[in-house]
This record gives sequence, structure tokens and C-alpha cells, in this order.
Amino acid sequence: MTNTIFAERKDQVHRKGEEPFQMACDKESLAGAVSQRACVFCGSRVVLYPITDALHLVHGPIGCAAYTWDIRGALSSGPELHRHSYSTDLQESDVIFGGEDKLYRALTQLIERINPKAAFVYSTCIVGIIGDDLSGVCKKVEREKGIPVIPVESEGFKGNKRAGYNAACRAMFQLVGTGPIDDISPLSVNILGDFNLAGEIWIVREYFERMGVKVVANITGDGRVDDLRRAHGAALNLVQCSGSTIDLAKMMKDEYKIPFLRVSYFGVEDMADSLYKVADFFKDLDPEIMERTKALVRDELSELYPKLKEYRKALKGKKAAIYVGGAFKAFSLVKAFRLLGMTVELVGSQTGTEEDYKELHEITDPGTIIVDDSNPLELSSFLEEKDVDIFVGGVKERPIAYKLGVGFCDHNHERKEALEGFVGMLNFAKEVYSTVMSPVWRFTPRKQAISSKPQEMDVCHERKAIKN
Amino acid sequence: MCAMKEKRLKTEKEPYVATTDSCKLCAPLGACLAFKGVESSVPFLHGSQGCATYMRRYVISHFREPVDIASSSLGEKHAIYGGGPNLKLGLKNVMSKYHCGLIGVATTCLTETIGDDTSRLVKEFKDEFSDVMASHGNPSIVNVSTPSYAGSHVDGFQSAVRAIVDQLASNVQAGENTLNLFPGFVSPADIRYLKEIVHDFGLNPVVLPDISETLDGPAAAEYEKIPSGGTPIASIKGMGTALSSIEFGRCLANSMSASNILEDRFNVHSRRLGTPIGLRETDIFMNALEEITCRKTPVKYELERGRLIDSYVDGHKYVSGKRAVIYGDPDMVVGLASFLTEIGIKPVLCATGAKCQHFKTAIKAVTEEILDEPPEVLDNVDFFDIEETAEKMSPDVLLGSSKGYKLARKWNIPLVRLGFPIHDRFGAQRICQLGYKGTQDLFDMIVNAVIQATQDRSPIGYTYI
Repeated sequence: MTNTIFAERKDQVHRKGEEPFQMACDKESLAGAVSQRACVFCGSRVVLYPITDALHLVHGPIGCAAYTWDIRGALSSGPELHRHSYSTDLQESDVIFGGEDKLYRALTQLIERINPKAAFVYSTCIVGIIGDDLSGVCKKVEREKGIPVIPVESEGFKGNKRAGYNAACRAMFQLVGTGPIDDISPLSVNILGDFNLAGEIWIVREYFERMGVKVVANITGDGRVDDLRRAHGAALNLVQCSGSTIDLAKMMKDEYKIPFLRVSYFGVEDMADSLYKVADFFKDLDPEIMERTKALVRDELSELYPKLKEYRKALKGKKAAIYVGGAFKAFSLVKAFRLLGMTVELVGSQTGTEEDYKELHEITDPGTIIVDDSNPLELSSFLEEKDVDIFVGGVKERPIAYKLGVGFCDHNHERKEALEGFVGMLNFAKEVYSTVMSPVWRFTPRKQAISSKPQEMDVCHERKAIKN
Repeated sequence: MCAMKEKRLKTEKEPYVATTDSCKLCAPLGACLAFKGVESSVPFLHGSQGCATYMRRYVISHFREPVDIASSSLGEKHAIYGGGPNLKLGLKNVMSKYHCGLIGVATTCLTETIGDDTSRLVKEFKDEFSDVMASHGNPSIVNVSTPSYAGSHVDGFQSAVRAIVDQLASNVQAGENTLNLFPGFVSPADIRYLKEIVHDFGLNPVVLPDISETLDGPAAAEYEKIPSGGTPIASIKGMGTALSSIEFGRCLANSMSASNILEDRFNVHSRRLGTPIGLRETDIFMNALEEITCRKTPVKYELERGRLIDSYVDGHKYVSGKRAVIYGDPDMVVGLASFLTEIGIKPVLCATGAKCQHFKTAIKAVTEEILDEPPEVLDNVDFFDIEETAEKMSPDVLLGSSKGYKLARKWNIPLVRLGFPIHDRFGAQRICQLGYKGTQDLFDMIVNAVIQATQDRSPIGYTYI
């Protein structure tokens, strides 16, 4: 076990209860350690990508655009420009002579062809090196085409995913404040940090509707350029996903005095808490909002709890491991597993902050491993040591679990099942059940090895019986 | 000049500068796939962390296997002052945790552009850290230049295979009766079958790369840091002593050929054949094995061949005259074009995202015997180009990666998923399309896809077809 962890990474792994809590994080990934992290470009791309009526043009070699083509299930109720992959596909000659002219021509042609409401132009590693004047080209095209053309400073090597979130927020902030806000209700919010995977933002919007709260802009799931332009008219920003959009909320607070609340729509507790926080915020404007919200939560729970019962019974005492991108999801998952009667043996994230890890330390049980910026060797050894029944993560974590004969739940952005809201808790329970309780595990070598000793004795016993 | 540009000049339409929905990937990804096929090997990208993570994700979604790709994880200061120190640190770290036999270092656009001389850095590493190397059993380090702005994943794959041979092969005997086989990027199931064929001819195959186990491994009791399987490094070192080499790829440029190196340096005779898809291309492969071994094709394969022809006859009317669009890696498209013409399907459009100067000639060579007029052939295209060109051709079926699904959905025609990547179906690693048996599977798949489309569209609901 200790052999698996690099000396340089020792302070990024903690076992609760063994020593005073102190954890290092927000470090550059260690060379050769096979980090599960992506890059700055990835951070920007995933945050902005669900804006459905914008052109997203990646200025770089083909890979950056190809690997991010339609990878996430951010649903749209209208336009689907975001599901295409546009790239300047830089070639050797562009690298030598500069890519500005190619970018200019690519942009103008695409804008003419697909008629987007705005364009985001992503910088990649190489653009940062060859020194193309991205914002100069963007300004020129903006003047000529009459739509916002916004450079995204997302050179891959300039930090990790979180730096990319920041670049995306700065890009979006250029749109905020440019649209009319006269007809916006005083009981209104922007939803930040939800990407409408499997239609989740629609579930949450429906709750707000029932509470009497209007949503101005989805940022960014099922997002629209015109909504972003009027986002400064909302009374309150609700920020989910701690890393990705908090910077935008801070910018809007400074510039437009819009307060923000941290929320989470995962799990019963956090979902209800989030709705209550919103109701509390608007209670002076609408004295009955809290009653309506309580009724909503009551209705939803009275429908949910009887359905959860069977799953809880089956899953009680099972063990879970969690490794996700942002730590906020981990908080909600720890609570959600607790609701199902399960224990969490491992919890980690790619880009958690010191505060995040403190909070994880507080809400987990003694013995739980807490880890920052982990890698396949560590994760596999933790799974083996803790002998868990399910691992929650993304695509890169899935084969680690399956190879070891451990159940898996995809809580990344490729999921097709809505996991947010009260109904999301039920879907989560179903998914956990469907993997943990599957009969296939008993055939896997690791499980057979664990249970082989008594079986061997049985066999011997029978053989003896036959001989006799 | 590429075929697409030629066509555009003819129609006097300004070509789109941007690539929309790419039909290719970048070179480092191809290199990583090739390195995955060597025993006890860890692919290593010299560049920023994102490249490795993205490619892992992309490859895992196809093979559904753990795919570890290390990275030198360069940050801003390395981009300015050079990535050497991080490359060396990364190499040391990979050796200490993976206990590998080979590290395959591929460059990326970042490190090529900042001017890192990776060959020199690797040499320096070997000198400076000879003690570290020795304490980890002196693993081999192979390096290959794969700037993402030049060529495609196909070029990256071929460059890496060539680099492995160039930097490791020797004439130190490693086995008796060995045959070097360079299959190109084909599936794990294909490689398993190819090895079986070569064995049945009494030869010991050295297949490079061999992803048959490394990217399609069994369930494990304990996590394997590096999956078992892959071409043994000792066998690669012995490639110079083989009886002969066979390399698939009618589109492969001479300068990219790995078997040419062995012929030039060690006088190992090299045969360049088409990827054996369909009856005729497989016959050529089997004939080559007969020539090398002076043995007749084993009865088992004669039977497979006979059954294949029998099924061609049984199924010909379902597919006769159908129009197909094929897209993907050049050599797979060439093989499929050859096969489709044999069974009476017209490949109306053969397209590849890669730039490939031999593509058109190769398609002509495998289709002209049967087709009166050659199909439209385009290289260096994206899915926007393919859609624009194919729309007017009213195709009945699409063959290629899962990335063409949107077109199949739009035109309401079947997509037979082949090649890489297949991200929306299960079992991609087990698709066998080479040899008589693979062609048989392919033929059944295509006939059934056409039958199902007819059945689904019919208001009658036929229960006998």
C-alpha cells in the first residue's frame, strides 16, 4: 500500500483518525504519476459547452476538439450547436507562420454558415506558444459580424481544470449585462453550475416554478446566449459545483451586487436545504414562499421514501468509494450513501480545495481515506484494501473498478440518468442497487479468491466422502 | 494536393477552413495505442496533463479496459524554460511505480513547438540516471516524434511501430521459425485470430503491436499495474532473425514501413499486403503464408473459406446493388471497399480523415476488377464533407466508426460499426473482421443490417425473410 503512493504525494492522502488532519492540495500534478486530471482547456470547454446556441470554435490542433466532441450529455430544449465539434485543425505551416488568418477565415465562414448567437474561441497549448492574437481576431470578427465573439484564455498548460473554469467565467462575464432586464421578476434566480445532464436542470427549474421563483439564466445547462446577457437582472445567484462557476458569481456580486448562495441538488438533504435557503432569501418579498416550499418537500419526500425503502434494506452495510472531479459532488454523495445505509470508505477529488477537504474530513467516518489528485495505482490499491461494493467516479475510473470485480456508478458528466432532485435520489438508489446487487460479482476472480478457502474445504470434504 | 481540395476547385466553391466533426484524431493518440501493444509497456506523453487524460478517456470508452498513459504534466514554467526536467522526473516516477519493461515516449504539439529535443533528453536521462535504470532492470525507452499538428492518429500509430523496430530490433535470436507481422491498428480479436492462423502454418508469430490481451484482458483477482500480454520485448529484439515479415497496409508510405527497416538492416524479406478483409485480400495473405512455409493452407481455413463463399451465394440478393458509404482509417476503408465490391455492394464513397496520398490508388486497385466505374474517394475530410458529398448519393448503409451515427440517424439508414472509435455500442474489442472468419462475421452483420432496415420499414412485418 505505502509503496503505491509517491513520496511527493504522501501529504495528499489522509486516513481519518490516524493523525491530526492536514492535507495538501491545489498542487501541480506529479510528472509520471498518471493523474486523472485534465487541463485548463478541458475546464473551460466543459463549463461553456452546454451553451446551446453559441459557436464553440477550438483554435488548435485537431485533438483538443476531437476529444471533446459531444462527450457530455448536456441536453437542450432547442438549438444543438453545442453538439458539434469545430476546430481550426492547425497544421505545421500554421504553427510556423501563425494561425491568425486561418482563425479569421474559419470564424467568418462558420458564423455565416450556422448563424450562432455568439462565438466562443478557445485557446489551446500551442496557441499560447505561437502567440496568435486571439482577442484581436475576435474583436475584428465581432465588428464585422455583429455578434459577440469572445476569446477564452484556456491554454492547456497554464494550470489545471480550475484555471479553465476561471477562464470560462471571465468569458461569460463579457456577455452578462448586455441584455434588457426590465421585465424580470424580483423573485428570480440564475442557476449556476448545473449542466443539464440527463435533463437535471429541468427537474430543478420545475421545483422553483412550484415555489414561485423565476429562473433568468441557466448557467450553463440548456443555456442560451440571450439569457446570459440578462443574467444581471436576477435577484440571486445559486451556485452548484463549487469550482466551475463560483468565479462568475463573485464577479456578478462585485459588479451588480447580486448575492449568491452555495447549493447542491444531489441527495435528499442537500436538495431540500437548497430549496429552503432560496425560500428563506425571498421570504420578505413573498411571505408564503416558505410554506409552499415545505409543502413541496413534503410531497416529494412522501412519494420518495416508500420507494427507497426496499433499496435501503438491500444495501444496508454495503461499502462505497468515491472519486470525482469537484469535491462538492463528494459531499452530497457521502450523505446520499448514508441515507441508503451504506458506509463511505474512500472519498477523493481531482481539484478539491483545502476547505473542501476539511468539510469532507468532518462529514466522513473514522478510517475513511481522503485523497487529492489520485491515480489508477492508488485508487486500485484503495479499492482492494477496503473491499468496497461500489465505486463512484467517471469513465477513467470505471475500468479500474470493473477489472477488480467492483460495482460502479457513473457520476460524471456522461451519465444518462438524472441524479439531481428528489427523483434523482431514487434513480441513484436504483443505479447503486443494480450494480451492487448484480449476480455477476460472485464469478469474478477476486471475489472467488476471498471466498475460496471455505469452498476448498467443502470440496475436500465431499471428495473424502466419495472415497469413503 | 489532397482529393478534397481537388474536388473543391472543380466545383469552384471556397473550401471550409474549419474542421467540423473531425474524422481523425491526433498523432499522439495513435502512438499510445501502438505502445499499449508491447509487453510491460507504459505509454508516456511529453506534454501537458490534459492530453494524456483526454486520450485515456477516449480509448477507455472504446476498449472498456484500464488504459494508463503517463504524462510529463508540463506547466507554464516548463513551457517557457523547457520540459526536460519534468520529462526526466516523469520517467523516474514511472519506473519506480510501474516496474515496466518499456516506456514509450511520444511528443505532443506543446513540446514540439517549445523546441524540446526529446531524443537528446532521453539519451541524457539514460546517462544521468543509469543507476536508476539499472535498479529497475534497465527498461527500454523508445521515443517518437508525434506533433499533434502533423498527420493523424494513423501516422502516430505507424510512427510509433516504426520507432519501436528502429530503436529495438536486432539480430539476436529470440525464437525459432518466427514471422514478423505488422497488422496495423486492428482489434484485439483480429490479432488473436491472426496469431492463430500463423501458428497453424507452423510459424511463431511476432505481432507488433499485439493488443490482443493488453486491451482486452480477463477479469483480475489483483489489479495488474500493467496488463499482461503484448509483444515480448525479447521477440522485438529478435525481429532481425525472422524468416520473413508481413506488413498490412496498401496505404502505408514506404518511409513509414517498419518491415522495410528489417529488410534493409537484417535482410528479412518483407511482404506488403492489403489488410485481409474479404475473400481476395485474405487469399493473398494465405498465399503469402503458403509461400513462406511451403505448406498448404490448413483444412480448417479451407473450410472457413468454403463456408464464406457459400454464404456470399446465400446472401447475395439481400445486398446486391446496395450503396455504401465507408469512412475511417485508410487501410480499413480499402479492405472494406475490396470486400463490398465482392459481394455486390457499391462503395459509392470511400472517405478518410487522414491525409493519404496512396488512398485513391489503393481503392482503385482493389475495386477495378469488379467495378465498372471507380467510387468517389476523398481523403483529409471531416464529417461535414462526408455528409455534404454522401447526401446526394442516397446511400443504403454506412460503415465506419460510431462517429457517423448522426448521419445514419438523419438518413434513417443502418450504420455497421467498425474500426475506431466505437463509443455507443458494446464489444468493440471483440469485433473480428480479418481473414475468412472475420469476413464471415462482417458479411453476416451487413446482410442482417440491410434485412433489418427492410423489415423495419415494411408495413407487413414479414416473419420470413
